[in-house]
Amino acid sequence: MNKKYNRPESLRDSDTHYCPGCGHGIIHHLVAKAVDELKIRQKVIGIAPVGCAVVAYDYWNFDVCEASHGRALAVATGIKRCRPKNIVFTYQGDGDLASIGAAETLHAANRGENVTCIFINNACYGMTGGQMAPTTIIGQKTATTPSGRDPFAGDGWPLKLSEILSTLKGVCFAVRTSVSNPRQVHQAYDYIKKAFCSQIDKKGFSLVEVLSPCPTIWQKTPVEAMQWIETEMIKEFPLGVIKE
Amino acid sequence: MKEKRKNKVLMSGNEAMGLGAFTAGCRFYAGYPITPQNELTAYMASCMRLPGRTFVQAESELAAINMVFGASAAGFRTMTSSSSPGISLKQEGISYLAGAQLPAVIINVSRGGPGLGNIASSQSDYFQSTRGGGHGDYFTPVLSPWSVEEAFNLVILAFDMADFYRTPILVLADAIIGQMMEPINLNRKPLIRNRKPKRWSLTGAKNRPPNIVKSFFLQEGLLEEHNLLLEKKWQKIKLREQRSSIYGKKKVDCLIVAYGSQARIARQAVDVLSCQGIKAGLFRPITLWPYPDKALKKAASLARKIVVVEQSLGQMVEDVKLALPNKEINFLGKTGGGIPSSLEIVKFVKKLTKN
Ligand SMILES: Cc1ncc(C[n+]2csc(CCOP(=O)(O)OP(=O)(O)O)c2C)c(N)n1
Ligand code: SF4
Repeated sequence: MNKKYNRPESLRDSDTHYCPGCGHGIIHHLVAKAVDELKIRQKVIGIAPVGCAVVAYDYWNFDVCEASHGRALAVATGIKRCRPKNIVFTYQGDGDLASIGAAETLHAANRGENVTCIFINNACYGMTGGQMAPTTIIGQKTATTPSGRDPFAGDGWPLKLSEILSTLKGVCFAVRTSVSNPRQVHQAYDYIKKAFCSQIDKKGFSLVEVLSPCPTIWQKTPVEAMQWIETEMIKEFPLGVIKE
Repeated sequence: MKEKRKNKVLMSGNEAMGLGAFTAGCRFYAGYPITPQNELTAYMASCMRLPGRTFVQAESELAAINMVFGASAAGFRTMTSSSSPGISLKQEGISYLAGAQLPAVIINVSRGGPGLGNIASSQSDYFQSTRGGGHGDYFTPVLSPWSVEEAFNLVILAFDMADFYRTPILVLADAIIGQMMEPINLNRKPLIRNRKPKRWSLTGAKNRPPNIVKSFFLQEGLLEEHNLLLEKKWQKIKLREQRSSIYGKKKVDCLIVAYGSQARIARQAVDVLSCQGIKAGLFRPITLWPYPDKALKKAASLARKIVVVEQSLGQMVEDVKLALPNKEINFLGKTGGGIPSSLEIVKFVKKLTKN
């Protein structure tokens, strides 16, 4: 019998450091699978963020660059402008992309940099112990919003960066997806592939936002975390194509 | 003779540094407007739009230094420039470059501080430049020109050193050097060295295992190991790269120590003093880190008095004191855009040598 699901060549055979039920591992896998499927492993250059996915290079089996917190898209700009034939993508958390790196994100998108951005929205800062992120939903308890995010107490509203970016001419592709059920996982995979394809076709900035479970910070079981995405997060962050 | 004169070009220090970068084969430049270095960014905007080169007006100095990080990781010669407040913003990025062992050239055409300060010439970024500047255990070699032509040459040298040592190099010019105009001689074709292929760079993992560019070492002991490796590099640079020049007599009543535009002014003071019968000399560090302490020790051994002159409240003077622990060190400085004039230096030295 043939094995149907193999480890992609673009994924290293290593133990994970992610928490049980974390979405990062699934999304790493999807990226690796898309890279294999498009046969771009030998020319892809990934940019790892500062956040839980800081050591993404321990998992991907292709060239990867570090970036300081929030600046992945500036680093991507430098790489892609020098090596336009390579496929360049960033992989960033919501704190990295939408808070400290908001300016770099907005301007890379506005310049229409021909790169792909994989945006992991887990509604919190995972790495630093669960503080409020720009994407934390209203009422969500975090280390810095102990009684729940309250926009009227000065915490601000959940930031819908993908929608904001989709208004920019430089952005050719913007979608939001999740990994909360198998159907969505397949959808996420298709979107990631599409985003890479739009880069191959030199169309401009492509963005895939993925709602991703963080059971540890959310203080939920892995199953509850997946359910919370579907019952709560999706209300704030509707799935689908935002711009194509 | 006529032929030679033809190749003399009048340009500002800012433009000369841009030309230096272009000549050295800089492939990627990113910058953000700030006075007094705007002519440099403008120069790059014109020459870096040629095929094979890239100019980006970044959204901030933070973005610029991180774009440079990317271009360097991709294996290309790259540069950014700014002035004091912008260089403060770049410090995190410079620390990352040093940690990840990425070559890059950073130009600081410094101005008055702290805060927004002013846009006059100042040498108050000496501490920041020579003590690492950002977080962590590292140093950045610092080259300091005193003329437009030297600015051109030192930028080329900076690219060569950056590639050779795989580390960011700072060129510390001040507002006077950046903005003054002088003829530069383009007759001599500068030597461009260290252009070997960069096997560590990110090109796509074709026919080789993946390359990773990083400065992160979480596991116990790994960062220590990495930093000790860097330390070897700092020691090598200290040993090999100290640069300085001397003007005036060897045996002097007074040795003036100054760098950058202040050294130009001090040279004039040396001439005036000699005319008045006082034997004076000028010691000018060209590398501010590593500090040329060996040469300074030698020069100072034949001097009765030592005077350090700076456009600051006294920063380089500390390195002079470290180099000459048994000498009395006198200091003349002005802050906030003030510039010690040659007459003030003459007066100061005369008063000192009278005693
Ligand atoms: C300049 C700087 N500020 C703060 C930090 C600390 N820090 C590390 S990761 C992180 C947040 C990461 O959150 P996110 O981007 O949402 O990714 P996640 O960990 O949730 O995957 C912060 C604030 C840092 N490393 N650098
Ligand atoms: S803290 Fe959250 S995002 Fe980070 S590894 Fe754990 S589950 Fe994943």
